[in-house]
Amino acid sequence: MSLRRTLATALRVLTQLRHDPRTIALLLVVPCVLLALLRYVFDRTPATFDRIGAPLLGIFPFTVMFVVTSVATLRERTSGTLERLLTMPMAKIDLLLGYACAFGLLAVVQALVASGLALGPLGLSVQGSGALVILIAVLDGLLGMALGLFVSAFAATEFQAVQFLPAFVLPQLLLCGLFLPRPQMPAVLRSVSDVLPLSYAVDAMTAVTASARVTGTLVLDLVVIAGWSLAALALGAATLRRRTA
Amino acid sequence: MPADEAIRTVGLRVVRGGRVVLPGLDTTVPAGEVVGLLGPSGCGKTTLLRALVGVQRIAGGEVRVLGRPAGDAALRSLVGYVTQAPSVYADLTIRENLRYFAAVLGASGARVKSVVDEVGLGDAVDGLVGELSGGQRARVSLATALLGEPELLILDEPTVGLDPVLRRDLWGHFAMLAAAGTTLVVSSHVMDEAERCSRLLLLRDGALLADDTPAALLRRTGATDVEGAFLRLVEAGSTP
Repeated sequence: MSLRRTLATALRVLTQLRHDPRTIALLLVVPCVLLALLRYVFDRTPATFDRIGAPLLGIFPFTVMFVVTSVATLRERTSGTLERLLTMPMAKIDLLLGYACAFGLLAVVQALVASGLALGPLGLSVQGSGALVILIAVLDGLLGMALGLFVSAFAATEFQAVQFLPAFVLPQLLLCGLFLPRPQMPAVLRSVSDVLPLSYAVDAMTAVTASARVTGTLVLDLVVIAGWSLAALALGAATLRRRTA
Repeated sequence: MPADEAIRTVGLRVVRGGRVVLPGLDTTVPAGEVVGLLGPSGCGKTTLLRALVGVQRIAGGEVRVLGRPAGDAALRSLVGYVTQAPSVYADLTIRENLRYFAAVLGASGARVKSVVDEVGLGDAVDGLVGELSGGQRARVSLATALLGEPELLILDEPTVGLDPVLRRDLWGHFAMLAAAGTTLVVSSHVMDEAERCSRLLLLRDGALLADDTPAALLRRTGATDVEGAFLRLVEAGSTP
């Protein structure tokens, strides 16, 4: 493991993004537009906006980071640069952490912008602290990044990678408790949702919305999200092969 | 393995997608040579080079590089590899690409400047790689491999699409590197590049037709050029 290689990789990924200002703009502006839209959809029932606003602040970075990372990693695989890096004295963990640092920073900026807009001008009311909302949003972004990195190994083309969004993210979105509270779901779906990481992201945001207290359940939610992220990163590392057929 | 040997393969066998690409290849490459790996498209050149770098899964035999098994962690800073398709970031400038790979290899910033000049890209260094011509991109990829001053350079068709002047300059550069002790294995499907090499491996259908110096090859086959020698060896092999 080498700090120099990790930081160089993070800097390289950020430099690639800097050459692509439209992507940065989309990453930051789209969640804000969606939140504003949602605010006016529920203009007459502000309680509904308050209920789903914070969970969405977690779901946006999760989804966006999933797509961005799976496409970025796939590009690294298909361009031959991944193979080249793996013939160099580069540990897989350096590469993964480099990606995590770069996209983590992006997740922080996105969470700050989206949460700032929601908690400020849009008047989203949350009992817990804004800092906690941002922390959960960043963790969700990192979770999306780790999962995107892992599933990119199963995509041979960018078309396939983009299809992983409906395949991996939409089912989690349906079962995470946003549309129907999880305790009210049929038992089988409830059990499935107990395994899926996005459920814990939404539980955590719902808890922060409802109460200012940091409960044991909330901490457990955060531990599950972080655990899933680490597991996905480890699985992602296993899919980076120095020797291929 | 003696110290003056850069590469030794014994019974190297590679199977890809159910097809035997290399049935069992034996060769030895002395250090400090410019070895030309020549043969038609699809004969197994890239597979052999990948096996030397240690990125190819092999079905049998042994590959030793600089005294270690191919792909050994200690070789990662000693072997430079340039793939046929340029493996560099199209959305970064030449300088940004080379700075990144230099950081990974632990090479200095001065090295970035010197490899850019070595491949003749000094004027384009702040241009995006994606906006360069195919030949320029290939040179960025080559410059990346030169950054770490490797002891063994494996180059897969590095001169495709380059103009003749540049091609001559690069071969001159390869000779200079070899004189300084670097071993180079350069693949090509253009037989006229053979005369630039100090040693030749002629490959056809995964088997070596010849493993010799250019002069000895011509003497042995009585041909006037390497292409002629290749044809004579193929014809000699096909008549029982």
